[in-house]
Amino acid sequence: MIRVQREDFDVGAEMRSLTAGNTGIGGVASFVGLVRDMTGGEGPSAMTLEHYPGMTEKQLGEVEAEARARWELSAVTIIHRYGRLEPGEQIVLVLTASPHRQAALESCAFLIDWLKTRAPFWKLEETPEGSRWVEARASDDEAAARWDPDPDKIPS
Amino acid sequence: MKLLYFAWLRQKIGAETEQVSLPADVTDVAGLIGWLKGRGDNYAEALKNEKVIKVAVNQAYARPDTPLKDSDEVALFPPVTGG
Repeated sequence: MIRVQREDFDVGAEMRSLTAGNTGIGGVASFVGLVRDMTGGEGPSAMTLEHYPGMTEKQLGEVEAEARARWELSAVTIIHRYGRLEPGEQIVLVLTASPHRQAALESCAFLIDWLKTRAPFWKLEETPEGSRWVEARASDDEAAARWDPDPDKIPS
Repeated sequence: MKLLYFAWLRQKIGAETEQVSLPADVTDVAGLIGWLKGRGDNYAEALKNEKVIKVAVNQAYARPDTPLKDSDEVALFPPVTGG
């Protein structure tokens, strides 16, 4: 299940809805991304997330399909927010449910690494000196690359 | 062809989207970027560092040699920073 939305999400409710009615699930792994305060409490540090409606959902769907091809997964939830967010707010949720813990944990890490380098979102940070676009980090590309060959890879 | 620009590319070019008719000799992504650079200082400035420009054709990541046709939706944007 993929959702791209302005509104916040409830991790507990999403987890219950992911597993409801499926007693074959042995475990759920989760990743919740939060807006980090980049100024150490000095001045504003909210951010605005812009995205490419249509392509965002398509790319997230492809990343989910890749995870399902690599691991035995019972259910997947990916929620990514856009719009203006304050420090401490939730940005992204990845939930993976599987009969086995290793598949749930590994696929959850894979999904967040891959979506960071593929899903078309851009962060505009508010700083005391004005707003600035967050730059992509090489470490994110390296984190995505450790999951191995992707013949279709283009982003980095 | 429908063009879309995002993040600082949108700001530097000064438009979110526009409709263009490609010259006959522009047939792929690399050709499109070269042609756009000649359309004004705002385009030249926004596209000067081609290495950081990502291109999507019909919402799928494209390469410099990806072919283009007039009915395509083509988006240009900087490296993504979600998650």
